[in-house]
Amino acid sequence: MKKTFTKLALAGLLASTIIGGASAQEDTIKVGILHSLSGTMAISETTLKDAMLMLIEEQNKKGGLLGKQLEAVVVDPASDWPLFAEKARELIEVNGVDAVFGCWTSVSRKSVLPVFEELNSILFYPVQYEGEESQRNVFYTGAAPNQQAIPAVDYLMNEEGVERWVLAGTDYVYPRTTNKILEAYLKSKGVAEEDIMINYTPFGHSDWQTIVSDIKTFGSAGKKTAVVSTINGDANVPFYKELGNAGIKAEDIPVVAFSVGEEELAGLDTAPLVGHLAAWNYFQSADTDANAEFIETWQAYVGDEDRVTNDPMEAHFIGFNMWVEAVEKAGTTDPDAVIDAIVGVSVPNLTGGYSAMMPNHHITKPVLIGEIQDDGQFETVWETSGLVVGDAWSDYLDGSKDLISDWRAPLSCGNFNTATGKCGGSGS
Amino acid sequence: MSLLKSFFLLVGLMVCALSGPSFAQSDPEALRPLINGLAEGKYAETEKQIGALAATGDPAVAPTLEALGEGDLYVRKSDGAVFITKKAGKGYALTDPLTLEPAGEAGRREVSKIKVNNKLRRVLRSALGSLTLMAADPHVRMAAAEAIFKARDPDGIEALDAALAAETDDGVRKVMEEARAAAVLNSDLDETRKLEAIETLSVMGNRDALSLLIGVQSSANGAVRDAATQAVAKIEKSIAAWDAAQNIWYGLSLGSVLLLAAIGLAITFGVMGVINMAHGEMVMIGAYVTFVVQELIRTSAPGLFDYSLLIALPLAFLTSGLIGVAIERGVIRWLYGRPLETLLATWGISLILQQAVRSIFGPTNREVGNPDWMSGAFELGQMTITYNRMWIIVFAMLVFAGLMLVLKKTPFGLYTRAVTQNRRMAASMGIRTPWVDAMTFGLGSGIAGIAGVALSQIDNVSPNLGQGYIIDSFMVVVFGGVGNLWGTLVGAMTLGIVNKFLEPYAGAVLGKIFVLVIIILFIQKRPRGLFALKGRAVEA
Repeated sequence: MKKTFTKLALAGLLASTIIGGASAQEDTIKVGILHSLSGTMAISETTLKDAMLMLIEEQNKKGGLLGKQLEAVVVDPASDWPLFAEKARELIEVNGVDAVFGCWTSVSRKSVLPVFEELNSILFYPVQYEGEESQRNVFYTGAAPNQQAIPAVDYLMNEEGVERWVLAGTDYVYPRTTNKILEAYLKSKGVAEEDIMINYTPFGHSDWQTIVSDIKTFGSAGKKTAVVSTINGDANVPFYKELGNAGIKAEDIPVVAFSVGEEELAGLDTAPLVGHLAAWNYFQSADTDANAEFIETWQAYVGDEDRVTNDPMEAHFIGFNMWVEAVEKAGTTDPDAVIDAIVGVSVPNLTGGYSAMMPNHHITKPVLIGEIQDDGQFETVWETSGLVVGDAWSDYLDGSKDLISDWRAPLSCGNFNTATGKCGGSGS
Repeated sequence: MSLLKSFFLLVGLMVCALSGPSFAQSDPEALRPLINGLAEGKYAETEKQIGALAATGDPAVAPTLEALGEGDLYVRKSDGAVFITKKAGKGYALTDPLTLEPAGEAGRREVSKIKVNNKLRRVLRSALGSLTLMAADPHVRMAAAEAIFKARDPDGIEALDAALAAETDDGVRKVMEEARAAAVLNSDLDETRKLEAIETLSVMGNRDALSLLIGVQSSANGAVRDAATQAVAKIEKSIAAWDAAQNIWYGLSLGSVLLLAAIGLAITFGVMGVINMAHGEMVMIGAYVTFVVQELIRTSAPGLFDYSLLIALPLAFLTSGLIGVAIERGVIRWLYGRPLETLLATWGISLILQQAVRSIFGPTNREVGNPDWMSGAFELGQMTITYNRMWIIVFAMLVFAGLMLVLKKTPFGLYTRAVTQNRRMAASMGIRTPWVDAMTFGLGSGIAGIAGVALSQIDNVSPNLGQGYIIDSFMVVVFGGVGNLWGTLVGAMTLGIVNKFLEPYAGAVLGKIFVLVIIILFIQKRPRGLFALKGRAVEA
């Protein structure tokens, strides 16, 4: 009797584990988070991981999605580009996630692209990037060059009367492509070759004396000069410190940056930098109720009243809400259905408007130009009157100006060449 | 309401225009509608209003304009009155802009900031310049003249003439004359006046003058143009000579940073022969000690902030040194004579330390402030020398001299040299070699820690701080000659200067590559570096 009982109990236990396991799988929808938590990029990406966890927690408080709870699966690709591809594969194949939010650098995105294509899953990419790409499985919620770089240059040209340009960047794909687009754009506006200076520095460059003095020299040619900076991450702090110490004031030579947000300024005394500019689609200082609520939730979630928010966080906020809405619209998390459903979905952004997913998998955003204040925040000094549609293929580069992207049937093509009428042509 | 205000404004303007500055000075309250008008409309309206205020010529408006430039001017939403504010608790303490008396407090939501952008700041700068030319403080007068120089406003000539007549300080007089020359060149005065102005600027001879003259060169014609061309050629020649000096200075500065980063390694790797990949993390820990010290000072004794670096130095030395001793006792002493294992183990330690710091302090940059004596720059001829770079050069030299003294003049230094030259003989003479090993490693790590204090002033304080310096440090030590501190000094300075002379021609990326290639070729010729150790110690 006793033996039978034990057996029975064992069987029961076994059964319950199987059922339990099965039901756990059915009860939650898994969301993958692919951000580096160690290595060089941890400085930027850790924040995005926390932001995603917060968004998922908030969604679960609202009752989850399709009647199920969301479950976050966090992996650490450790700022190692090939590891991004491996971890993406692990998320999709082993953990069975339905969508992935992640990547920061362009090289990490390029490294995971084939994986998402092969396994047909979905990636939301939240960072401003160089464009020249549109992929069926990827949604670009950060800014394309026409949503950040071009309006910033326009602002300097029209409002500040800048005639001479220094394009300074870190030496990798995003600054190089952006500067190529900007150079072509400036020339199309009649800026002469000798009024453009292009300068690249290695990652993590820390000795800016020569370059800052070069900028000073370049600026003393009798014409109003500005610096357009695509300097990335860590290298910005010593750059701005050197600028401040060398006495380059924003009133004389303004610097407009595309990779400097609230988070980067947190490590700096910004008093000598007041007036230098940044172009983004969101600033923490945006005066809307949605933003106030977002900041409050965020600071409560991380338990730090001084923690700042930034543009890529807003991009995740928009991307996540778009995905939620698309899943509800499709009634399933199946990637094909979601990819079809998400085009046209429109959700509130944090600057008081709505952002919509376009057929080229980029979104509509307002463009804001902000000046650095002495408290480490930005003050919006100019914004576009309406929303700007992200353009995957730049109109100012020879190879890409004939290309368009439209993932709706019947075109379903990321690089349709309007000149030849074929999909897949990489330019004339 | 707004109509009424515009009316006042108009009246104010007319009154000012009719009766000139003397009237406004006699009744400061007449300025109030003008000041309150600053809060109306967008940037363009504010700009007009600043012009109207400046046109009164009344020094009483200077504090208001200054506050506006600093972003401290707020408007009270309830009655549209404008105040100079200061943060007080959750709200703001208000000050009346004209009487400068305290005017109560306001909550954060009750007032709103009058926004300024770069364009307005420029307008403010030149407006303030003409208003404060007659100030009592010579520094203020100097700043005023500099502002007019930058604005090149022909309207300022009159004010400058008046100020020049009254000026007693020679330094200020010179700047005023330069400012006057800049304004003259931008005006439609006759040729002789302009030629005089070009002469003044040509004597001034710096980049600002050059920039102005190039502008004249392209816009003027006749004799003025020729004079400008000559002056430009002259200035360019003198600047080229100064540029070389500037490059050497940059090179020394980069060299001193390399020296600071490498000098600890010169002991652990150079003297002890331990390939210590965690060296950079010792530097990082030193920088974080500085951060912690500054945080404590900010919260408990703000007056000590200027001394924060001096306080941080011994603490950084002790912290990094103790961690160094712990690493030596815990890991490295089991691995002497096995370079590959040491390399891998210390690499692992460096990752552990990085992640530990990331977990404790978070992955984002931490703000380490520059004390006053390390901010800003001064001019030496046509060279700009920033204070933080200058002090780092001095500091690097002091650290080097101190270390030399310890190694050459103290019993501990004697033991260290004895152990590294011949371990077994030293042991048989009664020296406790394990103890010396631990202390030497601790010394090297401690020096790295104080290097971190200095580097926190020019670089990011983030968990990755050390990684950026590890390759360069090894490069310096290997290039200078393993086991020789003088080699490290000469190596660091040489690399710094070579790098800075290559950079303007080759760019930062290629410049670095060239330096690496040069070192590789050099090592092929002289495998033991610049200052090779000779004798039996080499074979050991």
